[in-house]
Amino acid sequence: MLKINAMRWRHFYLDRLVQVFVYLAVLTICAVFLWILIDLLRGGFAHLSWNFLIESPRDAGRAGGIGSILVSTILILLVALGAALPLAWTTAALLAEYVSTTSKFGIVVRYSLQVLAGVPSIVFGLFGNAFFSIYLGLGFSILSGGLTLACMVLPILVSTAEAGLRAVPDSYRLSAAALGMTRAATLIHLLLPIAAPTLAAGLLLGIGRAVAETAALLFTSGYVDRMPGSLLDSGRALALHIFDLSMNVPGGDAPAYASALVLVAMLLCINIFAMKLVQNWQRRRTILE
Amino acid sequence: MIWSKRYILFPLKLTDSLLQGILRVGAVISALAMLLISLFLIVESWPILGQISPVRFFTDASWHPLEGAYHLMPMLAGTLYASAGALLLAIPLGIASALFIVYYASPRLAKWYKRLVELLAGIPSVVFGFWGLTTLVPLINQLHPPGASLLAAILILTLMILPTITLTAYSALMAVPVEFLLNATALGLSRWGMIHGVAFPAARTGIIAGIILAMARAIGETMAVLMVAGNVVQYPDGLFDPIRTLASNIVLEMGYAMGDHRAMLFVSGLLLMLMLMMLSGMAGWLGRNRCA
Amino acid sequence: MNSNKPVTAQVISGEKSGFTLGPLQMGPVCCNPQPVIEVENLSLRYGDKTALDKVTLDIYRGCITALIGPSGCGKTSFLSAINRLTDLIPNCVIGGRIRVDGLDIHTAESNVQALRQKVGMVFQKPTPFPLSIRRNLSLPLREHGVTRRSEIDAISEQVLRDVGLWDEVCDRLDTVALSLSGGQQQRLCIARALALNPQILLMDEPCSALDPIASGVVEDLISHLRGRYTIVIVTHNLAQARRIANYAAFFWVKERAGHLVEFGRCQHIFESPTHQLTAAYISGARG
Repeated sequence: MLKINAMRWRHFYLDRLVQVFVYLAVLTICAVFLWILIDLLRGGFAHLSWNFLIESPRDAGRAGGIGSILVSTILILLVALGAALPLAWTTAALLAEYVSTTSKFGIVVRYSLQVLAGVPSIVFGLFGNAFFSIYLGLGFSILSGGLTLACMVLPILVSTAEAGLRAVPDSYRLSAAALGMTRAATLIHLLLPIAAPTLAAGLLLGIGRAVAETAALLFTSGYVDRMPGSLLDSGRALALHIFDLSMNVPGGDAPAYASALVLVAMLLCINIFAMKLVQNWQRRRTILE
Repeated sequence: MIWSKRYILFPLKLTDSLLQGILRVGAVISALAMLLISLFLIVESWPILGQISPVRFFTDASWHPLEGAYHLMPMLAGTLYASAGALLLAIPLGIASALFIVYYASPRLAKWYKRLVELLAGIPSVVFGFWGLTTLVPLINQLHPPGASLLAAILILTLMILPTITLTAYSALMAVPVEFLLNATALGLSRWGMIHGVAFPAARTGIIAGIILAMARAIGETMAVLMVAGNVVQYPDGLFDPIRTLASNIVLEMGYAMGDHRAMLFVSGLLLMLMLMMLSGMAGWLGRNRCA
Repeated sequence: MNSNKPVTAQVISGEKSGFTLGPLQMGPVCCNPQPVIEVENLSLRYGDKTALDKVTLDIYRGCITALIGPSGCGKTSFLSAINRLTDLIPNCVIGGRIRVDGLDIHTAESNVQALRQKVGMVFQKPTPFPLSIRRNLSLPLREHGVTRRSEIDAISEQVLRDVGLWDEVCDRLDTVALSLSGGQQQRLCIARALALNPQILLMDEPCSALDPIASGVVEDLISHLRGRYTIVIVTHNLAQARRIANYAAFFWVKERAGHLVEFGRCQHIFESPTHQLTAAYISGARG
């Protein structure tokens, strides 16, 4: 009896101990998150202004703003999405609608995308430098940076789009077929509109990943902080600007804080928007089924 | 009824096979991306791989690529130390977070906390690096100079991989059938008893797959580590010594590397990629086995 | 009305002028049975699992044929084989021959889309697309080459009237079809199938997912469609089969494969079945 009692006490204390540890861990994480946010706000808010957003950087970024850098970032992003989206969505449509899970072709494509998803960003940078910049002769340019990022976001776009299409109940495919609709028409007029929210959420995730990227752009889109004149000009992305200011420019901390604040705010907005989309889609899906 | 009977004349099948053709081309290009990347990495590192034996990466006296000494070990060690340290911290914290969301918090609190973790996952690595450089490194410097050190790298990496571990552990724990837990509670198990005895074993493969993914992320992480680790090529003697990782080495030297030196950087990229492919393959394998 | 005259599509479309769910008054078309679907030795396998074994059966024009039998005896597989929905199921193998209107549906030159236009299908669960009511009807029409807006609107109104839904939805054609009630959704699905002007309607337990009242409405609708369309209906509700069907086919599972046990006029199957199994199933002793 005594022994059982002792065991009970031990379990009771262990239970409590774990609970305390869990709460402590959560508190620590929240605290660190707040710490980072407050630090960024305190360091960058004073420097932030409308002029900062539209002016070009001067004196290696110590003065001026990030106007040209935002433009370059957006151009790189557009190139990346322009190249990756058509490929990703066609691939996803093929994998989800036309290829059975056991077919060789499907397995090869899926496996290579899975491997691609595991490649670290610096390796994308190496590849982009060797292939786009040197082999294709695009040099350090927005185009080669964007194309490198396209390779990087391809797996995310494919996997989210494929999951979205697969989540559409089969009954729609059956009734569309029973109405004599071709698979092409079913896909274009029915499945894609139904899956649109997940496609959009995946797109936002891809954008988030591309905007946050630094290492893959270092040796592809380059460092030049001028306003880009064309896609073949070098352009400095926002993340790269932060890196350069903090590592290579003494006295660049204030603009670096402000740029980091802009970047984090952008990403938070994108992420929250994506979460909302997914939530709405899940709510709608319960109605569908 | 008014009928236009064009459908008989119009061979609809054509559009179908046409679309399928287009989709197939897209998929082939997507799949080729991986092939192209591997091909270019191998072609670019061939000058070194074809010339000297890989054993020299581990036996050379030092890393002096300009003089033809290619000792990769200190950087490999730096990568491994930093990742292992980060995992050591992030695993308990991450799993505790997942437990908090699934079992401890009220639904409302859980939702908010999960969102916070998701936002943490969305912070770009360069911002983590920057924050580490301006906040963490000076703090560590007060404790023990020089500040930019293995410890700083470990702490920053912990923050970066924590969301991965939390979110994968969360979904693995959510996938545990409710009946298991009800039965455990009905048997009078305490909350920890239920988690330890029922939930963990059921969710084990999922949690491990998440940890492997987090490890892959830690090994491949470049910028944040580069900004806080000090970047001295050496075996660290302690937590406060600066280190250089394989990935940050590529960034640091790519700017001026020529010829064999450049090829050597591609070799280290190839090495990194192989390591990560192995890890993600393992995670994928675990994930599939869980479903089976 | 000369009921001896073979009822063909032309005759029916010629009669559409005064049509308001009326052909029932035309008198029993089935007095002069004329096969429109001829099934010969149909076998159907999913992988190694045999779902149907050598079924031979004729479906008569203008009649309602009910397929009855316990779950898993291949009734639904039989239906899907007729409009080749089985094509969508991986490793589904079909043996035997099915002829619709005298044409083999599995030959190389047969056009699946045209076949499915001719043979409409309604599923157990109402499956309106999550689009507007109007788009639900216009999407398949456009797909079959009807592109003029006025034509589409005319057909939509006609079929919605045919299923008795027009008065209920005419002022909200642009709302999402999912906002309709279950019975309305199912009638919309029937209207969608009718819009393509099919000859044959396949119905896979169209009432079983609905509440009793909606189920009654749909059932009435089905019996009103008799004569104008050839209807094959799968049902678990024996009383319903008895109420609406002209012919009944009884399926049973033998050695894990579906077999056709008995086929005949509804009255015959329900009142004096030849086969012992049928009698047992009808009386509720088995199944």
